[in-house]
Amino acid sequence: MPYEVVHQDVLVIGAGGAGLRAAVAAAETGVQVGVVTKSLLGKAHTVMAEGGVAAAFGHMDGQDTWQVHFQDTMKSGHFLNNAHMVELLTREAPDRVLELEGWGALFDRTETGEILQRAFGAHSFRRLAHVGDRTGKELIRTLQNRAVHQGVAVYPEIIITRLFRDARRIAGALGYRRADGRFILFRTPTVIVATGGWGRLYSVTSNSWETTGDGANLAFSVGAELVDMEMVQFHPTGMLWPPGVRGLLVTEGVRGEGGLLYNADHERFMTRYDPERMELSTRDVVARAISSEVAAGRGTPHGGAWLDISHRGAPFILRKLPGMRDQFLQLADVDITRQPMEIAPTVHYMMGGVRVDPDTCATAVVGLYAAGEVAAGVHGANRLGGNSLADLLVFGRRAGLAAAAEVRDDPQLSEIAETEVQLAIAEALAPLGRTAGANPYAIQADLRRTMSQYAGLIRTGTGLTQGLERVRALQRQAVSLQVTGGPAFNPGWNLALDLQAMLVLAEAIFVSAIERTESRGAHFREDFPREDPAWGRFNLITTRGGEGGLRVRREPVVGAEPAAARTERPATASSGGPGRPGGSGGSGGSGGSGGSKEADQT
Amino acid sequence: MTEAAQRAHMVTLHIYRGDQRGGVEVAYDVPVEPGQVVLDALEYVQEYMAPDLAVRWNCKAAHCGSCAAEVNGQPRLLCKTRVDAYGGADIHVRPLQTFPLIRDLVTDVSWNFDRARDLDPAFRPNEPPPFDLPQWEVDRVQEFHRCIECFLCQDVCHVLREHGGTDRYWGPQLMVRFAELELHPSDAGDRLDLLENEAGIGYCNITHCCSDVCPENIEITHDAIIPLKERVADRYHDPIGAWLRKLTRRPAASTGSGE
Ligand SMILES: Cc1cc2nc3c(=O)[nH]c(=O)nc-3n(C[C@H](O)[C@H](O)[C@H](O)COP(=O)(O)OP(=O)(O)OC[C@H]3O[C@@H](n4cnc5c(N)ncnc54)[C@H](O)[C@@H]3O)c2cc1C
Ligand code: SF4
Ligand code: SF4
Ligand code: FES
Repeated sequence: MPYEVVHQDVLVIGAGGAGLRAAVAAAETGVQVGVVTKSLLGKAHTVMAEGGVAAAFGHMDGQDTWQVHFQDTMKSGHFLNNAHMVELLTREAPDRVLELEGWGALFDRTETGEILQRAFGAHSFRRLAHVGDRTGKELIRTLQNRAVHQGVAVYPEIIITRLFRDARRIAGALGYRRADGRFILFRTPTVIVATGGWGRLYSVTSNSWETTGDGANLAFSVGAELVDMEMVQFHPTGMLWPPGVRGLLVTEGVRGEGGLLYNADHERFMTRYDPERMELSTRDVVARAISSEVAAGRGTPHGGAWLDISHRGAPFILRKLPGMRDQFLQLADVDITRQPMEIAPTVHYMMGGVRVDPDTCATAVVGLYAAGEVAAGVHGANRLGGNSLADLLVFGRRAGLAAAAEVRDDPQLSEIAETEVQLAIAEALAPLGRTAGANPYAIQADLRRTMSQYAGLIRTGTGLTQGLERVRALQRQAVSLQVTGGPAFNPGWNLALDLQAMLVLAEAIFVSAIERTESRGAHFREDFPREDPAWGRFNLITTRGGEGGLRVRREPVVGAEPAAARTERPATASSGGPGRPGGSGGSGGSGGSGGSKEADQT
Repeated sequence: MTEAAQRAHMVTLHIYRGDQRGGVEVAYDVPVEPGQVVLDALEYVQEYMAPDLAVRWNCKAAHCGSCAAEVNGQPRLLCKTRVDAYGGADIHVRPLQTFPLIRDLVTDVSWNFDRARDLDPAFRPNEPPPFDLPQWEVDRVQEFHRCIECFLCQDVCHVLREHGGTDRYWGPQLMVRFAELELHPSDAGDRLDLLENEAGIGYCNITHCCSDVCPENIEITHDAIIPLKERVADRYHDPIGAWLRKLTRRPAASTGSGE
């Protein structure tokens, strides 16, 4: 099978905030950068981010500093966060936000003409720079224009299905064009994975169709490690009715701007769960509070809670939350300036992901970097609102700079064996050639139900074990998927390939969740309902075991002890330490991706 | 009607299936759900009837602009168009007409991205940030930042659609992009030459059709195109008047209603 070959100094997989920021940083140093994305440019999941980006400017509350932001982030993450990464995040965020304005972004303003900041759950001060309720769009549009005008090559609607490495380093990536199904091989000394999360593993999610976790699986398949995979964030306020919009996000900005939560008895039930912070408690607490109210029979007609902002009055709402107003009016026939919104928790963000070096975002594989939601470390057991966009900017830039520096130091391309490429292509095409086999839509629906049922907001040991068994059964069925039609823009085929990543990551979530026998942040075990200080010292690292199965091991949290104690200058360089996390992992060759299970058939 | 009865109820979608070589509308019966949008119905078709039905979508929340198509001849976002808005009548779904078809409901919109790349210079600040700006000046520019790049306006603009004018005129969406840069209070770039020549702003005859279909309610004609046309006219046809107007510029002009 013929394929196109393209050379790139730095290949960025993903054009969300992290990928574009990485591309901009690398291109600024003069190296040649390419960005691939599953969708068109500017459509990545980041475009949906609403509430804002956290940066301790202290424009509204002079007492705010990066140290307070650091404390808030560590506390919200239940101290599983990598303290050095949190320091970098909170120190650098203001500069990263400000430089966006130099590239054309415009944030909302205070009376005196400075960048305005809004309150958000569990932030001690008003901290989120924002543009109404469409901050992500401002971010992505700015970075997209910046990247394009810096000469970054954009490859839209190309899906990467395989990474290649040799014994030494990363060698390239294989993908296919959605438009015609033709394959394209990127030969490159460095790859930055910035593919976002895997919210689509769950049936109720705020995430877009792209979030199937491809990049985490790709990196894992060549030897990178995964960490904190059990930490799945449920956002407390997703839309609930009508069914078609179930899970769609209702921005935390609604609560930040004064929105109140009520149960069916018109009680402000948060008094029972966090009387101090009330609606602005952390997401894990608010989400579980809602589900407890529903379980206690105090839920709304469709099984959720009421969120009401109408007391702020129409002019205020129209100015601050115009997108939310439109969303409810058009999709749910609800006018939020007069009526409450019916909401329920929805899967929103993955705290876990690829393990990286704090300063450079390097993975365990030489030449391979990860940044953005796909990477782990900053958010610990629970992410603070607004910290993801800050994360994309801070660590996207760091990954881009580090990859560019590596290319300059060591531009030597590694070889990719033709047989490996042909094998990968044959594997990818296999579902199109079969006359019988499992239907990817059916497998996906089953998987999403399984995750929601067994790896949801409230977990139990037995449920997790059942879920894991179900996922393993689905993996066996998915070995021989079958789809109709040809390779040209065929969503059924695209899904068949996406499923490979989804099934691996689903397994990783289960094995980690089974291992962590306590409740911490987003991970709640009914059979171990308390936070256990002994567990607070460990992250869970997932690697590939002997026979393709996954293995979990504990590793001490980096810098947890000093961070908890220190306020002045948390985490020195010694806590993170340069170098590569974990062992070398992969054994050379392309490693076994989820798809390699099919290898014997083709 | 009870919820159960509503669910038993069906609606017929006629979906364009085909590629560059040709195609036809194919009918699919889909159960009606409360609050369902056309994209929900298409997903149902994908899951149970035609897994290879090509349609773009990402956010399903009217934020990303991926799902632009024509519903009963009107350019629409599929994720924002309610099935019940058609009162149970058959619904025809076709791809955008202005751009070359890839497959089914998916068109090749790369021309728009190529023009965005040609739009040079990009933002060029006259001083480094932070910019000390009042909210009203920010608002004026943010209107253009609302654009989700759905290209519905490009689809409906007669210069592009009926007269195949992509070689002469860049279309309303790119005019919005020009306006965002040109009207930015801290921008020092000059793009009027490009606007007058390659981008062909003169071909727009202010029919307002683009503004009517914009899902972000951007007043494309009044707030973007007319102020840009004024700038071009000032530069090329009335430089002295332009200078006088600049001296007397006041905030009220920010609404850009064309005065
Ligand atoms: C509705 C919503 C609102 C949010 N609001 C906020 C907020 O207010 N503040 C905040 O801080 N965070 C918010 N978040 C979280 C935040 O938006 C995301 O975590 C963040 O945008 C992720 O960015 P990213 O760059 O890592 O990845 P993404 O934006 O998800 O981009 C991933 C990119 O990778 C590409 N890709 C994936 N797989 C492949 C492949 N196999 N081949 C090629 N390309 C691939 C995709 O096409 C895409 O371009 C919100 C999230 C949601 C869903
Ligand atoms: S107003 Fe101008 S740009 Fe808009 S549709 Fe009419 S001719 Fe096209
Ligand atoms: S201006 Fe409006 S219609 Fe045109 S692309 Fe932007 S959002 Fe779509
Ligand atoms: S899917 Fe994003 S606008 Fe419709």
